[in-house]
Amino acid sequence: MAEKKDPNAERVNIMYAPVNLDYRFTASDHTSRFLESIRNGQFIGSQVSEGAPVYVPPRPVCPETGLPAERLVELPDTGKVHWYTIVHIPIPDNPIKPPFVVANILLDGADITFLHLISGCDNDDIDIGMRVKAVWKPEAERTHSPANIHFFAPIDKADALAEELAKEA
Amino acid sequence: MSRLAAVVGIGQTEYRSARKDVSMGGLVNEAARRALEDAGLGWDDIDAVVIGKAPDMFEGVLMPELYLADALGAVGKPMLRVHTAGSVGGSTAVVAATHVTSGTFDRILTVTFEKQSESNAMWALSIPRPFSMHLNAGAGGHFAPHIREYMRRSGAPAHVGPMVAVKDRKNALKNPLAHLQIPDISLEMVMESPMLWDPIRFLESCPSSDGACALVISSEELATKGPNKPAWIRGMAMRSETMTCKGRDEVNPLAGSECAKDVYAQAGIGNPRKEVDMAEVYVPFSWYEPMWLENLGFADEGEGWKLTEAGETEIGGSIPFNCSGGVLSTNAIGASGMIRFAESAMQVRGTAGEHQVEGAKMAVGHAYGASAQFFAMWAVSSEKP
Repeated sequence: MAEKKDPNAERVNIMYAPVNLDYRFTASDHTSRFLESIRNGQFIGSQVSEGAPVYVPPRPVCPETGLPAERLVELPDTGKVHWYTIVHIPIPDNPIKPPFVVANILLDGADITFLHLISGCDNDDIDIGMRVKAVWKPEAERTHSPANIHFFAPIDKADALAEELAKEA
Repeated sequence: MSRLAAVVGIGQTEYRSARKDVSMGGLVNEAARRALEDAGLGWDDIDAVVIGKAPDMFEGVLMPELYLADALGAVGKPMLRVHTAGSVGGSTAVVAATHVTSGTFDRILTVTFEKQSESNAMWALSIPRPFSMHLNAGAGGHFAPHIREYMRRSGAPAHVGPMVAVKDRKNALKNPLAHLQIPDISLEMVMESPMLWDPIRFLESCPSSDGACALVISSEELATKGPNKPAWIRGMAMRSETMTCKGRDEVNPLAGSECAKDVYAQAGIGNPRKEVDMAEVYVPFSWYEPMWLENLGFADEGEGWKLTEAGETEIGGSIPFNCSGGVLSTNAIGASGMIRFAESAMQVRGTAGEHQVEGAKMAVGHAYGASAQFFAMWAVSSEKP
């Protein structure tokens, strides 16, 4: 005999059914060169011609003019904090613990910013315009990823922090 | 604009964190039926349907418009989906109205919605991607640096953002459809709420809402045949700009100010501060009120916060902003822009109830989306040009 339905039972409104999709990521020419370069601890950007705006990571096309940005240029790993926020909530599936500082970083010689972390100083001491330098992982640990950089730190502390972190690892 | 068009029907659902009583189809149908009822029309009177929602990732249902055609009486009729991220509610209204002003159709039903409870919209666009840093901490994480830069440039005192958060939640108490109803909202409560993305606090952020909003837009000849007053569309525009480009200013985007200028020129508005009676403007985080006051020409650059601080954006002030409670009180993302457009039309029709600005004749509806790149705006009036 079928059981009587409990009229007070909660209705099923949502069923969680995670879906997975395996895929192969193929980087474009510019992105491949960028990832190759960053594995070697070197930033590169792209521009239409000498003196034109420099985009980093390199773009195949200049967003302003639509012209091919085929010229690749090496950039230093120093720059400044363009804008930033202190994030107080965790990002799902990301081990980084709040509070952490996410900044739009403008590399010296670049004309657009990219996102990375700021650390190595008190969060309250961070300010717009602060000079920063990349704190790289040791060569042996580097892969094809911007995560080769632990974070950006105040320019005078970055190299010492990299050495310290290498010893801890 | 080649022909005149007017809003003749407005329908909104109740906005809640979860509308478990209806499917997506039920949700959009509810808003559409209310809009048709307001217009005194039936499904057969509609020539075409224009629908919009935020990215499909938000619910994980791809191209939902295909399955929603039935719920919107659109089977066998032309139907168009609009995609412009968070600004989509505004863009959808502009696209729908353009199909009337162009002479293509005489009556259009346009609907936008979001059903955030069916997924996790906050993180849907922050998934890890290959060979990239995984640092997108949701929309708040994206906009917080822009807000910090606005505060630096303008020198605005820290309490201005919380003032907006309080004002919009007080307005929401006068709007029975609004999602957030916080009767004891106060400056202290906002300032003591947790910091999420410094300088954005929890209560300075929009909620996650389910809901839909619909409009019936009609040609000039048919606009006065309905039971209720039309809201005449006096100007409308869309503008966009690329996300990363040398010299782009996310704090005061060129596309936003150009969009506003275009609308004012069409509507014959020379001084928006004096000639616009109220504005429903897309403010998902409190500080966007002073930022958009400046970007839309209601205040000079760096001066917007002074209007907020002086209470000029409250109901009864010289330029009331978001009398409905705004995005800060209801964020059914895809619908949020259209709610602004709908609420501006309600104001000039005189049907906004408790949150009505007395004698409002000219009102502005505004939406922005993506990385403050997509803008849509219109001006509506009780007066036919």
